[in-house]
Amino acid sequence: MAQSITITNMLAGLGRMAISPVQELGRVAIFFFRGAIHLFSLPLQADKIIDQVYFIGMKSVFVICLTGAFTGMVLGLQGYYTLVKFGSEGLLGAAVALSLIREMGPVLAAIMVVARAGSAMAAEIGIMRISEQIDALETMDINPVRFLFSPRLGAALISFPFLTAIFDVVGIIGGYVTGSLLLGINSGLYFSRVESSVLMEDINGGFAKSFCFAAIVATICCFQGYTTHLRKEGFGAKGVSLSTTSAVVLSCVMILVADYVLTSFLL
Amino acid sequence: MTVPLIEFNQVFKHFGDNAVLKGVDLSIYQGQVTAIIGKSGIGKSVLLKHIIGLLEPDAGEILFQGKAISTMTAAERKAVKMKFSYMFQGTALFDSMSVYENVALPLKEKGRIPFREIESRVRDKLAQLDLVGIEDKYPSQLSGGMKKRVAMARALVTDPEIVLFDEPTTGLDPIRKNAAHAMIAEYQKTFGFTGVMVSHEIPDVFYISQRIAMLDQGRIVFQGSCEEIQNSTEPVIRQFIRGQNPESIKAAPSER
Repeated sequence: MAQSITITNMLAGLGRMAISPVQELGRVAIFFFRGAIHLFSLPLQADKIIDQVYFIGMKSVFVICLTGAFTGMVLGLQGYYTLVKFGSEGLLGAAVALSLIREMGPVLAAIMVVARAGSAMAAEIGIMRISEQIDALETMDINPVRFLFSPRLGAALISFPFLTAIFDVVGIIGGYVTGSLLLGINSGLYFSRVESSVLMEDINGGFAKSFCFAAIVATICCFQGYTTHLRKEGFGAKGVSLSTTSAVVLSCVMILVADYVLTSFLL
Repeated sequence: MTVPLIEFNQVFKHFGDNAVLKGVDLSIYQGQVTAIIGKSGIGKSVLLKHIIGLLEPDAGEILFQGKAISTMTAAERKAVKMKFSYMFQGTALFDSMSVYENVALPLKEKGRIPFREIESRVRDKLAQLDLVGIEDKYPSQLSGGMKKRVAMARALVTDPEIVLFDEPTTGLDPIRKNAAHAMIAEYQKTFGFTGVMVSHEIPDVFYISQRIAMLDQGRIVFQGSCEEIQNSTEPVIRQFIRGQNPESIKAAPSER
């Protein structure tokens, strides 16, 4: 009798472990759709979206330029010493540009925005949750998802492609600095290879990725902050810190998972 | 007999193993200020949050004008919610917004009120609460008492039909506390709103409330007029309104 109860409890625990992530995924999906619908509900929140574009997009430009430049420079160095073994160093421009536009630009730009703006989104909304500011919105008949999440989602969808484009361009220039200026590849050859190898579908693929990453980052970061009060592992400031950590870790993991899935569809 | 505006009918609420409300029956009438009194941590704020829908009862019903809120459609609930305003115990001011933006927010988000009208209503309300000159400050730059008054200004700026005050004057100095009480009483007379106020300010609440309800051990142990509660012979009520410790009363005869 006791043995059968133990087995039942084990199976119940296993069931809970399986059901819990599915339920969480469902809650995130509902949160995303509610935010996406309210993006277009009247009156439009253009002023709030512009504020968030400034915060998520404009304020990330410097860090995107910095990381883009060094990523391109490293690609230039590594690419040169790999290609020179095969006597194909002339293809460096193509290698740098395609790596950046197809893969590294959207992924690294998204991860940098997670670190800079995503964590801030989770922390800000989390603090609003624990200090009853979100409850206050509800009592004023202001939809908190519309007020807090929709403008951030809209701003991320606008900002991510631009930041990715900046990352790509700065990265290609970084590759030029190491490949041509430091290692002596002809600069005309470098840029002509960039021009001849990059197709419009590569650029579109990169932008499609950045759109998806924008939705993933905004949704995960805002959801983590929004549900801070439901955390069982920690309350108050501890809960906010856990939400922020989860937001960053989950966003980065989901960016890489989504990148693989999207790449397999796009190729 | 008058139908209560808001009625609690055997409302129960648990948080885990902690039973906070254990069958609350309470009637709140239109055009009156009802004060809810009771010891700290007894569940008065929980009761107040049930009225505005921030918390849902585990069992029992809350009726608005005789209709159970749980049976209302989303549109009906929204219409009911529009009549309410809530002043939080911890103020719940938006800390990334200035005082002006905090008070203006409920009007701005309606989206139908002209900018000039919003400005004049916000400035009027700030002036009435002695908050002129701090419009551009942020909540973190204000004292606790000032935050309370900003929260009150935000709660009253929409001229609501029903206002729920959660300890509106706790932490205020005696002068400002009296001013806030006078303002609530004056507003109530002028606009005739229905007020529900959680407060520990005894005897002040007797002067501004028409009805008093006392919550003790998860139940309403008294509801009636201010005169009735002051004349009550119930030991629990007498001890509370006189601020006497039941233990000291028990101990007193043996000490003599």
